[in-house]
Amino acid sequence: MLKLDKVDLSYGHVHALKGISIEVRDGELVTLLGANGAGKSSILMAISGIVRPQAGSLSYDGTDLARATSFDIVNLGVIHCPEGRRIFGALSVQENLRMGAVRRRDKRDARVDMDFVFSLFPVLGQRRNQSGATLSGGEQQMLAIGRALMAQPRLLMLDEPSLGLAPIMVKAIFKVIRALHQRGVTILLVEQNVRQALAVADRGYVLTSGSVMFGGTGEELRANPEIEKAYLSTAPETKSQ
Amino acid sequence: MTGPELILQQLINAVSIGSLYALMAIGLAMVFGILRLINFAHGDLIMVGSYVALLLIVLGLPFVIAAAAGILASTLAGLLMERLAYRPIRGAHEIAMLLTSFSVTILLENLAIILFRPTSRPFPAPAVLHAVIEAGKLRLASLDLIAIAVAAILLLALTLFVTRTEVGISMRAAAQDLLAARLMGINVNKVIAAAFAIGSFMAGVVGILWSARVGKIDPLMGFNPVLKAFVASVIGGLGSLPGAVIGAYVLGGLEILLQGLLPSALTPYRDAFVFVILIALLLFRPNGILGSTEKEKI
Repeated sequence: MLKLDKVDLSYGHVHALKGISIEVRDGELVTLLGANGAGKSSILMAISGIVRPQAGSLSYDGTDLARATSFDIVNLGVIHCPEGRRIFGALSVQENLRMGAVRRRDKRDARVDMDFVFSLFPVLGQRRNQSGATLSGGEQQMLAIGRALMAQPRLLMLDEPSLGLAPIMVKAIFKVIRALHQRGVTILLVEQNVRQALAVADRGYVLTSGSVMFGGTGEELRANPEIEKAYLSTAPETKSQ
Repeated sequence: MTGPELILQQLINAVSIGSLYALMAIGLAMVFGILRLINFAHGDLIMVGSYVALLLIVLGLPFVIAAAAGILASTLAGLLMERLAYRPIRGAHEIAMLLTSFSVTILLENLAIILFRPTSRPFPAPAVLHAVIEAGKLRLASLDLIAIAVAAILLLALTLFVTRTEVGISMRAAAQDLLAARLMGINVNKVIAAAFAIGSFMAGVVGILWSARVGKIDPLMGFNPVLKAFVASVIGGLGSLPGAVIGAYVLGGLEILLQGLLPSALTPYRDAFVFVILIALLLFRPNGILGSTEKEKI
């Protein structure tokens, strides 16, 4: 189980996270919602050990994440698929996927997982020797998710996987997210696409300028009139890339 | 010697000198690719390896063993440099890293001046390295042929390393996106240390070949090679490994070409002409031959 307790984080004068407390239980799909700059990505960066909070505690299955290096955290099975995809454009599709499995010792099983990724995203199998840079945006997002899956995530953190994608791609990505959740992968999903995110999530948190404003089940959040007013009444996909 | 033979002879000279530049440029390019650090102290690794080799030769060890020890010393010096000077300032501004590399250079060169005297010392290489092979009208220096062969072997090995091994692919991944590499669990410390080790090993090899060629060594001997390697990487596209190699051979070719074409009164200024051509090239391709035409990464 992932547990953040009163996490405080500042970058210089910017107070990005103000006493954030959230938890993700095993097998859950939890979504973090909120506007740009609300602190969603900062939470993921803190969990991954890329940025260090000034106060509060972060733990995963009893391990103190604030003291672990980023590759220790990957070893725990906490895998972060970053915003903007950040695939390795100069590397082939296959090499990108190999990099996802870099911390694994069972390289033979990793080959089986690569076949699983290709079954999930057949287009990646067709382009396995092409460089990542030649893929379309949606294909790159598939590659980013596939690369994260190669690390055998126990907790998969997806940062805005639908950002900048065509509606048909958004649908395909959410279908895969739902399928992974059904296979038992615990998922922490950061999204601006509130409608889609709440449709697949067990629970969610709504963040406003570094604080958790609401927390609840998917239905509770959908039924909440304030969230309705703030997010659902206007088009959710208006964020430009 | 006329016509085709002269051209062939000069081509061998060009490839030979280009090979040494290429081995040097790779070290600069690998480190720059990952850290955005132009490691000017890379040239001093040549000096470190050459002095260690000379010391062992003077002590009476066979040349091959002394040379191997020299190359090992360069490799270790490169690893120490990374650990002591560059790791503590990782992530700092590029200017801070550049200044640190100048400090490392000044430190190493002055240390060498104190330890070994500022004047040059003869570097005795075995006669095989100075043999001249006559093939028809061609006169081939064995050292040129060795440099070409060694570079070919090392470049092939490096190519296999960065395309086939996990550490090699991780190195390319880290050069592309250091944050994504960390998120995938790539051990960035290990990858950076490997980049320094490989580059420093190659600098050590260059040190032995360069010292045997020139016949003497001095504490500031690393300056000219690192400058040439830097120019080669800029020609090819800073941070690109194939670019660095191509740039090195282009630079070697230009030097030999101008050496042959310039009137003898101007040959002392050969490098000035080489740099004029370089400036012209950069006006048309500011990011080098293989450099991306994209704007700088944020």
